[in-house]
Amino acid sequence: MKIAILGTGCAKCKQTVEVVRQAVLQAGVDATIDKVEDIQEIMKFKVMRTPAVAIDDMVKISGRVPSVEEVKSLLVQA
Amino acid sequence: MAATIQSGAKETVRSFGTGLLALGIWWLVYQGLDPFAKWVTFSLLTLPPGSHLASAVEFFVFDAPKVLMLLVLVVFAVGVVRSFFTPERARRILAGKRESAGNVLAALLGIVTPFCSCSAVPLFIGFVTSGVPLGVTFSFLISAPMVNEIALVLLYGLFGWKIAAIYAGTGLWIAMVSGWVIGRLGMEKHVEDWVYATPSGGEVGGENRDVSWRDRVRYGLDAVRDIVGKVWPYVLAGIAVGAAIHGYVPENFMAGIMGAGAWWSVPLAVAIGIPMYSNAAGIIPVVQALLGKGAALGTVLAFMMSVIGLSLPEMIILRKVLKVRLIAAFAGVVGAGILIVGYLFNALL
Repeated sequence: MKIAILGTGCAKCKQTVEVVRQAVLQAGVDATIDKVEDIQEIMKFKVMRTPAVAIDDMVKISGRVPSVEEVKSLLVQA
Repeated sequence: MAATIQSGAKETVRSFGTGLLALGIWWLVYQGLDPFAKWVTFSLLTLPPGSHLASAVEFFVFDAPKVLMLLVLVVFAVGVVRSFFTPERARRILAGKRESAGNVLAALLGIVTPFCSCSAVPLFIGFVTSGVPLGVTFSFLISAPMVNEIALVLLYGLFGWKIAAIYAGTGLWIAMVSGWVIGRLGMEKHVEDWVYATPSGGEVGGENRDVSWRDRVRYGLDAVRDIVGKVWPYVLAGIAVGAAIHGYVPENFMAGIMGAGAWWSVPLAVAIGIPMYSNAAGIIPVVQALLGKGAALGTVLAFMMSVIGLSLPEMIILRKVLKVRLIAAFAGVVGAGILIVGYLFNALL
């Protein structure tokens, strides 16, 4: 599984990275976490709000820091 | 199915009741602030009435909780309202709109759409690549930070509704007119080239989920935790400075420097205001004290708008997508709008 965290490096983006790390750890899934900080790369996902989280190139969360529980349930679904 | 709807309704009624109760308690505490401040100043600390210190202490003990309470209430309410609006929805509404009507609509949407300056770039690209005219996009980008709930609450709390309304009205006017002017200038070629080459956002890449009332309330509470949690030190610091000025600076001290008579005070206020990036929370209590000591309303409005609405950090962020000339045009046009508002109110009042 491929998780991308989109954000240009603001405080909320860093929080999101932490949350996703925790969630991956707790869910025990095999996933790579990729931080996408380049704006042109971010725009390929067509998001308008950062931070955003994409799982296997599908944007699941945008414009807010998710909770660990929420990311865990997304990981299980994917 | 029917059972879930009924339990859903029950829950709505219950949370509505809780909300009403919370509002009632809020109101009672709010009413008690004035006597409480007097009690602390004169009975608890036994400061002599009429002294500088008493005046400063009373100001602080009354204003600090008052402003924080107003902030909590309004940030919550705005958080709930904003759960109905997303940048994606604003874009759908604005795409392909004619310029003038589009500018008006964009400025209005800027108030209610959740916006954080760290998202300014993706929002800008998302707008212009899906057919929102450049000037209309600017109307949105100008109004979103300038006419915000924190500024309006503080203005209402410290100056009353008239000044809050003047600020909101003139802020919207600047956003509409500046966006329209930028559209007329035909600056499209001063957007970085790769922006228009970005595949247009026909399909919304964002979350599409059903939002329940419970989610909206949570959204409001998150907003309170997030915003009030971040701004309260600024509010307190601002009110402390305000209290010091209120207690110690002589009446009409500011009239010479920031009064209506000094023509250069408005441009000076704007020039000082632009590099200062304080949020509304920090600057307005200071402004209140200035106003109380004889500064002219137009000058103070201009100062406040340039601090909140025209910030250097935001321009640096936008440099990623705009060439220098367009940023200069943006700052120039908005700055001119702020000057007009400043002079207008100095002349009128």
